[in-house]
Amino acid sequence: MRRYSAFAIAREAARHHQGWERAWRSPEPKKKYDIIIVGAGGHGLATAYYLGKNHGLTNIAVLEKGWLGGGNTGRNTTIIRSNYLQDPSAAIYEKARSLYETLSQDLNYNIMFSPRGVMMLAQTQHEIRGYQRTAYANALQGVATEFIGPQRVKELCPIIEIGGPRYPVLGALWQPRGGTARHDAVAWGYARACSDMGIDIIQQCEVTAIRSQGDKVQGVTTTKGSIDCDKLGIVVAGNSGVLADMAGFRLPLESVARQALVSEPIKPCMDVVVMANTVHGYMSQSDKGEMVIGGGTDGHNNYTQRGSFHHIEETVRALIETFPMISRLKMLRQWGGIVDVTGDRSPILSKTPLEGCFINGGWGTGGFKAIPGSGWAMAELMAKGASPLAAAFGLERFREGRFIDESVAAGVAH
Amino acid sequence: MLILTCPCCGVTGEETEFHAGGQAHLQRSGPGASDEAFEAYLFARENPRGVHFERWRHANGCGKWFHAARCTLTLEVFGTYSAQTTQPPQEVLDAIAKRRPGWTEGGK
Amino acid sequence: MSTRLATGGRFLDRNQPRVFTFNGTDLSGFAGDTLASALLANGRSMVGRSFKYHRPRGIVASGAEEPNALVNLGQGAAFEPNQRATTTEIFAGLKAESQNHWPSLEFDIGALNNLVSRFLPAGFYYKTFIHPRAAWKHVFEPIIRHSAGLGRAPKERDADRYEHFYHFTDVLVIGGGVAGLQAARAAAADGGRVLLIEQSAQWGGRAPVDGGQIDGKDPEVWINDALEELEKAPNVTIRRRTMGSGVYDHGYVLGYERIADHTPGDTRPRHRLWRIRAARVITATGAIERPLSFAGNDIPGVMLASAMRDYVVNYAVSPGDRTVVVTNNDDAYRTAIALKNAGLDVPVILDARPQAEGDLPRAARDLGIRIETGRAIARVKGRKSVTGVAICAQAGEGAVLEEIACDAVAMSGGWSPVVHLWSHCGGKLIWDEAGAFFRPDPDRAPISHDGQPFVATAGAASGQMTLAETLKDADSAGKVASRALGLAAGRKGAPKASQPQEGPITPVWMMPQGAGPALRQKMWLDYQNDVKVSDVQLAAREGYESVEHTKRYTTLGMATDQGKLSNINGLAVLSGALQNDIPAVGTTTFRPPYTPISMGAIAGEARGDIFQPIRRTPIHDWHDDNGAEWEPVGQWRRPYTYRRAGESTHDAVMREVKNTRQHLGLLDASTLGKIIVKGPDAGRFLDMIYTNMMSTLKPGRCRYGLMCSENGFLIDDGVVARIDDDTFLCHTTTGGAERIHGHMEEWLQTEWWDWKVYTANITEQLAQIAVVGPNARKILEALGGMDVSADALPFMAWADGQIGGFDARIYRISFSGELSYEVAVPASQGRALWDRLIETGQEFGVMPYGTEALHIMRAEKGFIMIGDETDGTVIPQDLGLNWAISKKKDDYLGKRAQARSHMTDPDRWKLVGLETTDGSVLPDGAYARGSGTNENGQKTVIGRVTSTYYSPTLDKGIAMGLVLNGPDRMGEVINFPALDGSATPARIVSPVFYDPEGEKQNV
Repeated sequence: MRRYSAFAIAREAARHHQGWERAWRSPEPKKKYDIIIVGAGGHGLATAYYLGKNHGLTNIAVLEKGWLGGGNTGRNTTIIRSNYLQDPSAAIYEKARSLYETLSQDLNYNIMFSPRGVMMLAQTQHEIRGYQRTAYANALQGVATEFIGPQRVKELCPIIEIGGPRYPVLGALWQPRGGTARHDAVAWGYARACSDMGIDIIQQCEVTAIRSQGDKVQGVTTTKGSIDCDKLGIVVAGNSGVLADMAGFRLPLESVARQALVSEPIKPCMDVVVMANTVHGYMSQSDKGEMVIGGGTDGHNNYTQRGSFHHIEETVRALIETFPMISRLKMLRQWGGIVDVTGDRSPILSKTPLEGCFINGGWGTGGFKAIPGSGWAMAELMAKGASPLAAAFGLERFREGRFIDESVAAGVAH
Repeated sequence: MLILTCPCCGVTGEETEFHAGGQAHLQRSGPGASDEAFEAYLFARENPRGVHFERWRHANGCGKWFHAARCTLTLEVFGTYSAQTTQPPQEVLDAIAKRRPGWTEGGK
Repeated sequence: MSTRLATGGRFLDRNQPRVFTFNGTDLSGFAGDTLASALLANGRSMVGRSFKYHRPRGIVASGAEEPNALVNLGQGAAFEPNQRATTTEIFAGLKAESQNHWPSLEFDIGALNNLVSRFLPAGFYYKTFIHPRAAWKHVFEPIIRHSAGLGRAPKERDADRYEHFYHFTDVLVIGGGVAGLQAARAAAADGGRVLLIEQSAQWGGRAPVDGGQIDGKDPEVWINDALEELEKAPNVTIRRRTMGSGVYDHGYVLGYERIADHTPGDTRPRHRLWRIRAARVITATGAIERPLSFAGNDIPGVMLASAMRDYVVNYAVSPGDRTVVVTNNDDAYRTAIALKNAGLDVPVILDARPQAEGDLPRAARDLGIRIETGRAIARVKGRKSVTGVAICAQAGEGAVLEEIACDAVAMSGGWSPVVHLWSHCGGKLIWDEAGAFFRPDPDRAPISHDGQPFVATAGAASGQMTLAETLKDADSAGKVASRALGLAAGRKGAPKASQPQEGPITPVWMMPQGAGPALRQKMWLDYQNDVKVSDVQLAAREGYESVEHTKRYTTLGMATDQGKLSNINGLAVLSGALQNDIPAVGTTTFRPPYTPISMGAIAGEARGDIFQPIRRTPIHDWHDDNGAEWEPVGQWRRPYTYRRAGESTHDAVMREVKNTRQHLGLLDASTLGKIIVKGPDAGRFLDMIYTNMMSTLKPGRCRYGLMCSENGFLIDDGVVARIDDDTFLCHTTTGGAERIHGHMEEWLQTEWWDWKVYTANITEQLAQIAVVGPNARKILEALGGMDVSADALPFMAWADGQIGGFDARIYRISFSGELSYEVAVPASQGRALWDRLIETGQEFGVMPYGTEALHIMRAEKGFIMIGDETDGTVIPQDLGLNWAISKKKDDYLGKRAQARSHMTDPDRWKLVGLETTDGSVLPDGAYARGSGTNENGQKTVIGRVTSTYYSPTLDKGIAMGLVLNGPDRMGEVINFPALDGSATPARIVSPVFYDPEGEKQNV
């Protein structure tokens, strides 16, 4: 792999950029791999990358039915944070966040991680208590957060109206090392690094069946033929249930549409990421200048990657209360992503009833921020059979009642 | 923004009048059920790409729960019917069969 | 240079001049002008700077597809960035500024990017700025961010109003050109309700500019006749300035009406969002002309050929004295003819096709215009404006054959149907080889709730590019829609139209076809985002082969015009680079809105005070008048405390607790949920809903109950009163009434539908006041009426009767540990009762108390609070509430769940009291530290604080918490680390701090 650098660009500029090589190879599938990962989104590619980098396993194929990074990796609002309440969540999201810090250097691909800080607004007494509790938990988990007052909120984000008539801003949980990254670049950077290690990324290759012998996985049937493997990882947000069905088990999750939108680009006016959970909206400003806004989830099962407009209305209405200036911006584009939501709204990183078959999914709306940590843990789970980061996210928790519930900080009002 | 018809009060309304309630026709497991059966009752879901039998409540209307058969890929609604039943009525199954020849319950 | 022509201009009212300001200079236009036409009329062809290289940008189009002419519009509370000049109608006093430059439009420091543009190809930022690590956040990103963005951020609160509008119709026709008009006529012929909307201020679309005849009439005459007919029809609604913004599932369509953008300050709402529900949608959205890709095609003065004749015909604007026309089709000849007819010079028409023999080329030749076939533009000369073109052979590599001086270039690469609205909800496209465009595939239309197609296209939007075909198609679309609704379609045939015969188009995706890398770096595809032919080819070379990869890698089509001009050209270049067919490469997904719509319109009326409703108890105003500090609880507001002059909030709370414990306190408890459960099976039903046995409760008695979810977790609690054999009244938490009522109904309707039970949420029918403290009985006795003695109304009993003349139900229950009565009266009597209690209570030391005093008193007694001790992960067994879980029942909601291994784990954290060793107040939410770390390196925790208060009764901090093996560790001291590294030690004690024997309430 030729390294990317300013010098490389200067050299190429002299010959009209005719000499750049492919970022990733486009191989035909082999008959057999040690490991097949289904799904070339961020999580699948990161899993393959860390299998290679941390465990020396590179006889791997990553199969993608469409184009790599084309699912939720390329459809989210790019927020990265790890200010979670429960220990297992804080562990994997903080692992992810810390890996994001150096990911551009690790991959030699600028994924534009921007640790500009994430604040979650407290707009009820209940949220104040929940976020104070989170700050105490985070301190013991090794996640740097603090609870800040309204004046500090205003200093960090001057466009916030802290004295709104309905939900004044009472404070915020502040994670200064949270931020954003360029979502597509994460998938592309991992893909390039995987390809360089000899891992085959095979696009336009849809898995149509999972083959097993007895209780053990044997391989997959795809639109590009049959491929054998010793181990199989299913990493297909939005389609987890379909693949699980092929493997012969059911999952505790449902697929719903999540809405997001961006405004037209404007000059920089917001240097932090703000989440307002009371009114269900969050916003940041991209490097292009667009205000990136995320909001509600449809209640009904949906695979259409589009959603209902009333969620957009609710989100925009709520954000105008907190950010009055956006009233005179314009919505440029709205879209939906299909998210897999589990019974406790926390992800699944687990062995499955089919030996050799592992699943990583159910990230709901929180997947992008987890990508490096999720890949790290999934790789360890697949290589060694167990991973401390993944331990609490096993499927058996639903049978045992051992849930990981992150809605706690915003629980029931008295 | 879906349109649904409440079979209880007969109103055809916007999605915002209704509240989605997940998979229909779940068989309750109570005390005495095995761990596996209880887990399946609470959490295992069909989540099909295609025909889905699901619960809705006419929350901003008559308040009644009802069932709908709907396609999660095209969002078309094959029919709505009473919540007080353990299986879809024949006319709804017929409507599905008409639109999805070859479809069988369970989606297989 | 562009200028105003002496005569003409279909849209202009020359009797109404309009003075406006651009970049601080006063300019003049006429009513009917757009900002773009007025700027051109004033010789302002350069109007902005591009996103990445800050290159000079001129007006290139005449409508919604314009990528370049975006301005900061207005001032102060009426300021708005990124307004498209081509769709902004001018008005007197309009103030506009160009964007994305510093210090000025003419001299822009950012244009340095242009000088080094060869070092900034597509995706350059992915390949550099990697080292050193901190530099991205602190150096490179700020530079990129400040260089990017377009308009300024608004600063002030929006002064305008917005509104939402509902509309239900049989047929919605989007687009008011001749296709839309005819489709609406056909659809309305048999009485169906029709809504016709047009995004611009003018009806008729392109036909009056492009010429031809309809039913033997001039198109403009036909349009006026059709409009008159539609306006008269009682079943037809028509609206100008209303754009079809997005098509959503089941016939839901958003219309975006710009009511007052052109008449600011006239008190009307600025925008109106139409929420349209249509049984059938016809999109008659026309087509958009494509640019041609030649070097320098982005220099101000290069314009779409169709836009240029729009400016000439509609606005009497001359784009320049000498215009070179470059084309691959016959349509552009109309522009040459229009220019010539306006008295302007067309030195040459460069036609990339080998021959041009249609009616239009012949007409141009007859006017004496020089036509060069097989020719192309090698490059455009000029920097901030066009000064000439160099001509080459289209077949070659760009060797210059001739140079021609000119000050404008009109280009046409053919037309693409506007398929956005068709595609929003899943309509599929097919590639039309003859027309070289994607058009809707009528066999794969968007599907509605009934499984039927609900969107059809009409006219050019279907790919019908001649006037006759357009009208025929539109007529048919209208009739099909009408028939689909069960109406007989009208019998009238489509209007007959005639037009010059056009020769076939030859697709040209690069000009000249053999251009080398140097030229390709100067061929713009996306003008706003600065994406060039070379960028798309680079993306393909590097393996970003999917059209979505290319789009995202190069940012092609992601600007504010969403690729209306660039998508197909970019796609064609990509397929060329991949040596693949265009349809095989496919398109990107079209997302709403069609053009950007204001956030204000999306939000509508519900802002400020009416953003969300506030629920008020009957006593709300009294609280407000008496110093209540409000706390939002759900949609309710409850008094947190009543602060008196000179008092701190803390002081007020302390006073309220002390007074209640010593004398008498009043609490407005009206917000507590009250649900009637009635019927022969009511007892059986409540036995399932509550963990306790409720069926054994005697009429006249109360019982505290717990409710769990089927998943085992505690979801609500409250006192249940049995009214009679068939009737129970269930109290819920303040936030819980609707939720719990819904929970009960869900189980009744979907699981136990054969049980004979009704429920009713009567929360708002009653006002309820807690009368609390040692003097509680005295004040009620002073009011007179019911016997409230210990014998007549013992603890956990209730009675109906009259008290002080009020019809009341009194519950002898206590959440404070004091002697306490909760008096419920009809809501209409609530305020009167409260006033009477305040008045009568003066001699007994009455004071109202708020939620914080309520919390402290319940914590002193060790009573749990839903939402404090519970958070959705807590089961009753964790809270020592086993006494409230019936052992006799076979089943209740949550029982099976509570038998799972993790629920019965002896190591679950359990409720205890906590007392700091120094009497201080434990921090809220703090965790207790265990020893060591877990396998993820996190410090081990063994408990947490769930409630913590300063108790004025005990004069020290008290807390409750959940602690590992807590009840077995009484007296042990555990440590709660603060965030600063210090730790607060606290002793594990009983959670009941005050009156453990319950003597105070049992008097």
